[in-house]
Amino acid sequence: MKSKRRFKSASGQMRQIELLAEKDSWLNRIHPLCKFLVTMLYIVLVVSVHRYDLNGLLGMCVYPIVLFMLGEISVTEGLYRLRIVLPLVCFIGIFNPFFDREVIFYIEGFSFTGRIAVTSGVISMFTLMLKGILTVLAAYLLVATTTIDKICSALRMLHVPKILVTVVLLIYRYASLLSSEVRKMSQAYSLRAPGHKGVNPKVWGSFAGLLLIRSIDRAQIVYESMLLRGFQGEFNDMKNQKINKKDYLFFGGWCAILVAIRILM
Amino acid sequence: MHMADALVSPAVAGTMYAVSAAAAGYSIYKVRRESDSSKIPVMGVMGAFVFAAQMINFTIPGTGSSGHLCGGMLLSALLGPYAGFLSMIGVLLIQCLMFADGGLLALGCNVWNMAFYGCFIGSMLIWKNIMRKGASRKKITAASITGCIVTLQLGAFSVTLETLASGITSLSFISFVSVMQPIHLAIGLVEGIITACVLCFVYEARPDILWGVGGDTVSARGRLTFKKTLVVLSVSALVIAGVVSLFASSHPDGLEWSIERLTGSTEIEAEGGVYDTAEKLQDTTAVLPDYSFKNSDSPAGTSVSGVAGGVAVIAVCVAACYVFRFFRHSGQSGLKGEKK
Repeated sequence: MKSKRRFKSASGQMRQIELLAEKDSWLNRIHPLCKFLVTMLYIVLVVSVHRYDLNGLLGMCVYPIVLFMLGEISVTEGLYRLRIVLPLVCFIGIFNPFFDREVIFYIEGFSFTGRIAVTSGVISMFTLMLKGILTVLAAYLLVATTTIDKICSALRMLHVPKILVTVVLLIYRYASLLSSEVRKMSQAYSLRAPGHKGVNPKVWGSFAGLLLIRSIDRAQIVYESMLLRGFQGEFNDMKNQKINKKDYLFFGGWCAILVAIRILM
Repeated sequence: MHMADALVSPAVAGTMYAVSAAAAGYSIYKVRRESDSSKIPVMGVMGAFVFAAQMINFTIPGTGSSGHLCGGMLLSALLGPYAGFLSMIGVLLIQCLMFADGGLLALGCNVWNMAFYGCFIGSMLIWKNIMRKGASRKKITAASITGCIVTLQLGAFSVTLETLASGITSLSFISFVSVMQPIHLAIGLVEGIITACVLCFVYEARPDILWGVGGDTVSARGRLTFKKTLVVLSVSALVIAGVVSLFASSHPDGLEWSIERLTGSTEIEAEGGVYDTAEKLQDTTAVLPDYSFKNSDSPAGTSVSGVAGGVAVIAVCVAACYVFRFFRHSGQSGLKGEKK
C-alpha cells in the first residue's frame, strides 16, 4: 500500500535525522542559535542572488560543500530531500526558456548545429534550480546537526513565544507516536483489503476519524499526565546551552565569508 | 502548495513573515486569554494528528490518484481558528525542517497561504456561519467542501502573487493564474470531501468536539427554564382570560349546537326536586353566573370571570400535585421503613 510505504519512509526519515542530530561531532556541538542564524543568513543571501547571476550562486556552493565534508554528513541523504522541492521549482522554472528568449551568448563547436544559443531564460531556469538545491541542503545541514529540542531553544532565545515553541515540540513528539498508530491501521487495512491502492472512499471517514478520536483521548491522558508533573501551560525545562568562543568564531567566520562571497562574486 | 525558499525573494519573504507573525501574535493573545492550559497538549496532539493523517492516501475513484486531508479546515473545526492556526504553524515548521516540504525562509508565505486562509477564512467566515444554527451531516459536508475550495483557491492565488512579486518566473500573471487555480479547484474539492467524511464521523461519534456549532447555544437560548415557562404561561393565561375572552363567540359550541338541533334550545330544561335544589345551590354559590357579574351586563364581568377561572384552575392543579406528592412520599418512606 502506497500510504504505508510513504509513512514508513516518513517516520524512518524522522528517526534517521534524529540519530544524525544526536551524534557527538564538532558541528553538532556548535550552539544551535549560531547554526540557525548562519543558516537563515545563507538562505537569504542565496535567494537574493539575481535571477541571471549564475556565477554569484556558484560561489555560494562553498558553505554546503565545506559543512558536508567537515561534518561527515551523507550528501545522498541531503539530495534525497530534493525530491519534494525540485519538481515544483522545475515546474515554475521550466517556462523561463520559452518566455525569456534573449540570447546572452553562444556555445561554439557543435558538429550538427554549429553553435547553441544560450538565452537568459535558460540561465534563470538553472539559477532557480540551483537556488532550490542550495536552500534545501542548508536546511538539511541544520536539522542533521541540531535536534528539534535545540532548535526550539534557539527559537526561544529569539523570543519566539513559549506557547508556539511548546506546540512545535509536542507536535514533533506525538507525530512519531501517531505515525506508528497509522502504520498499524494501514497494515490492518491492507491485510483486509489486499491489492487495494489507498483507502477506499467508503471508509474515508471512519479510517481517519477513528484515529482522530483516539488522538483526542490520548491528548486528554497526556494533559492529565502533564498536570501531574506540574505543567502550567508552558514547558520550563528548556536547557539553554552557553555560547562559547568557538560558537562566536563559527558564526562570525561564516557570516564574513558568506557576505564576502555575495559581494565579490 | 508548500512554497520553497527558491521561489521567494527576501523582500516578499520578510513581508509575509511580518503578516503571519501578526496573525500568530493575535492568535497567541486569544489563546492565552482563554487561560485553558488543557488546550496546549490538545493543540500538540491534534497538530500531530494532522501531520500523521496527511500521510494517508485516500483513493480518488476513477482517477488512479489519491488525496489527503485539509489540515487548516480540520484543525479549526476542532480547536477553533486561533488554536488551529498555531497548531498549523507547528505542522508547517516540522514539515519544512524534517521533510524539506516548504522552506525556512518561505515559512511566512506558507503559514499565510495554508494556515491563515484555512483557519481564519475557512472557519470564521464559512464553517461558523454554516454551523450557526446547529450541525448536521449536510451542513458539515457543505462547510468542509466550500471551505476547502475557497481557502485553497485563495492560497493558490497568493502563491501566484508571491512568486510573481519575487520576480523568479517569466510566466505572465494570466498564464500562471490559469494554471494554478483550476488544479487547486480539483484538489480543494477532493480535500473537502475527505475532510467532510472525517468531520461527519466525528459528528456522529463525538459531536461535542466540534467547534463553532451553534446548535447547543441556540437550543439553550430557545429552551426556557421552569420559572420562565411558568411566567410565560401565566401571562398568556391572563391575556387570554382577561382580554381575548371579550371577543369570545356568542354562537353555541358543538355540543350546544347539537342539543339545539334536537330540542330547539341550547339548554335542556329539567324539572324536579333534585334539579331545583341543585339550581338553587348553584345560584347561591356562583360568584360570576354566565361569565358575568350578578345583575350586570358589564364586559368587565367576562374578563374577571376568565381571570378568576384561570387562577382557580391553576390553584386546583397545584393543590392536586401537592396532595399527590404527599401521598407518594409517605408511601416511599413506608417502603424504606419496611426494608430497615
